[in-house]
Amino acid sequence: MIEPTTPAMLYLDGITVSFDGFRALDKLSFTVEPGEMRAIIGPNGAGKTTMMDVVTGKTRPDAGAALFGGTHDLTRLDEAEIAELGIGRKFQKPTVFEMHTVEDNILLALKDDRRPRATLFWRGTAQADRRIDGILAITRLAALRERVAGGLSHGQKQWLEIGMLLAQEPKLLLVDEPVAGMTDAETRATAELLKEINRDRTVVVVEHDMAFVRELGVKVTVLHEGAVIAEGSIDQVSMNERVIEVYLGR
Amino acid sequence: MTPFWLTRALDRGTVLFIALLAAIAVLVPALNLLLPPSSPFYLSTYFVALFGKYICYALLALALDLIWGYCGILSLGHGAFFALGGYAMGMYLMRQIGTRGVYADPIRPDFMVFLNWPELPVYWYGFQHFAYAAVMVVLVPGLLALVFGWFAFRSRVTGVYFSIITQALTFALMLGFFRNNFGFGGNNGLTDYKDILGFNVQAQGTRCALFAVSTLALMLGFLLCRAVVASKFGKVLIAIRDAEARTRFLGYRVESYKLVLFTLSACMAGVAGALYVPQVGIINPSEFSPANSIEAVIWVAVGGRGTLVGAVLGAVLVNYAKTYFTSGLLAPYWLFMLGALFIAVTLFLPRGVVGSFRHWLTRERAGKPVVEATLAQPALSHAPPRPAE
Repeated sequence: MIEPTTPAMLYLDGITVSFDGFRALDKLSFTVEPGEMRAIIGPNGAGKTTMMDVVTGKTRPDAGAALFGGTHDLTRLDEAEIAELGIGRKFQKPTVFEMHTVEDNILLALKDDRRPRATLFWRGTAQADRRIDGILAITRLAALRERVAGGLSHGQKQWLEIGMLLAQEPKLLLVDEPVAGMTDAETRATAELLKEINRDRTVVVVEHDMAFVRELGVKVTVLHEGAVIAEGSIDQVSMNERVIEVYLGR
Repeated sequence: MTPFWLTRALDRGTVLFIALLAAIAVLVPALNLLLPPSSPFYLSTYFVALFGKYICYALLALALDLIWGYCGILSLGHGAFFALGGYAMGMYLMRQIGTRGVYADPIRPDFMVFLNWPELPVYWYGFQHFAYAAVMVVLVPGLLALVFGWFAFRSRVTGVYFSIITQALTFALMLGFFRNNFGFGGNNGLTDYKDILGFNVQAQGTRCALFAVSTLALMLGFLLCRAVVASKFGKVLIAIRDAEARTRFLGYRVESYKLVLFTLSACMAGVAGALYVPQVGIINPSEFSPANSIEAVIWVAVGGRGTLVGAVLGAVLVNYAKTYFTSGLLAPYWLFMLGALFIAVTLFLPRGVVGSFRHWLTRERAGKPVVEATLAQPALSHAPPRPAE
């Protein structure tokens, strides 16, 4: 184990990703401190999802450094290894296992030995049941425990996926547009849930919805064309000339 | 005490199906051996051999359903593992012929004498022992699947691309086995068997024993598949089938799961092939033909993939139909019928026979409770509110 080179939970420096000559990320750099909640905003095509792909090992950057906890080089690891380190990801479109029950969805996500031999001879434990109960209570899905996930409403799926993230017990959560397609009441409830999660975990939220970002009340990073153009509180960035130009297309 | 992984596998349907197979394993040989041919309940030796063959196909279908139905891996080359298991058994049976062959060579099978091979190739060593051949029946297909799967799954070859390379695999093996200098009898394959474990392979009693053993193998294979799919491992497989990327981001090493499952399935296919060969009396390179593997996929689709029972029924039903229709006036049209059957099942019965029946059953059972649940909706007010559509 090498000495941590940075105190940051997530450290991105000069990340560049090109697809067929198109630069999705152009020397992207920012850091997220341990215990922080960070909102990432930006217009379509700003590189938000590509950034998440780099952090979770789906996409290898052409250049740049990505460190997790100051020691782990994320550009050298694959998805499973990164998940094992403690980075959880929630997708933009809610992705749950539709054919499994709500309970089994959480069970599969529970932090546990992921190797084939372990799952083949795995048997339920009271402790696992308690953890599932706890997560279903937080995400308000207890009454739907036996239901097949494919039959849930859009909002319920979003919450189930957040529950699956919690079950993984990650150190860092990447949450992609958690309130897309939600009602105002659901949006507020989701903001509360994320704040609650943030009490013991670092959270990065990618979001379009400005009202929701304001509700979170955290530091905001604005991306445009694969690079950071502004950073600060929501009030600071929304007064920034460059941000206004990018968002309003002036 | 029954181990937990077994009790977990034994739901009511499984117990019933196992009991049915056990009854068939006992009754069919009994009706053949104990009754006089004049009895209305007598089953002919031809019938026993024919259905013994179907049982082997059913085991192959089961192996295919395990990977296709539960993990979404569509192998169009599973006939290769079946044929390799068959060749391993065929090599044992060839070595049992000894001096009773046309050239009466105690060591070399006839085709080697005919080709003027001075001695037995090294890879034929040991096959005179049944135990060695039995190990090879599982080991050879298993090893091939392990190596092939390791490269394919690690490179994340999935879907139709995987299906195509499995077709290439079985086609390549077919071309290899057709060659005389490959050492497996060229296009004639291995045949003219005399004994298995000292018993005449043609004898009525041996045929009945082979039928019973095949059915027993099918029972064990079925139990094994149930134990796999009923475990948490099985839940991971379905997760991979339905959302592979999501499973990866949860930290599961998808390629390891696929590799374990694919290898297990290949071993099962190998056992099926080994039991098939003494019952049909020949193994030749046409068993590797890509069309055979595709036919096996049709059996599973017709029976219902992801049901296990469906794979077994599909294999027996389609093969019975094949035997029935290819021996009459309709013989020239069988392939058209098979094609039409596949299209019809895909269009009108995508869940297959057993899958559709189960679907209908769960809807029938859930019919009333669903209405009650909707009426009781206010009681679930602590559930998150519905989003605007």
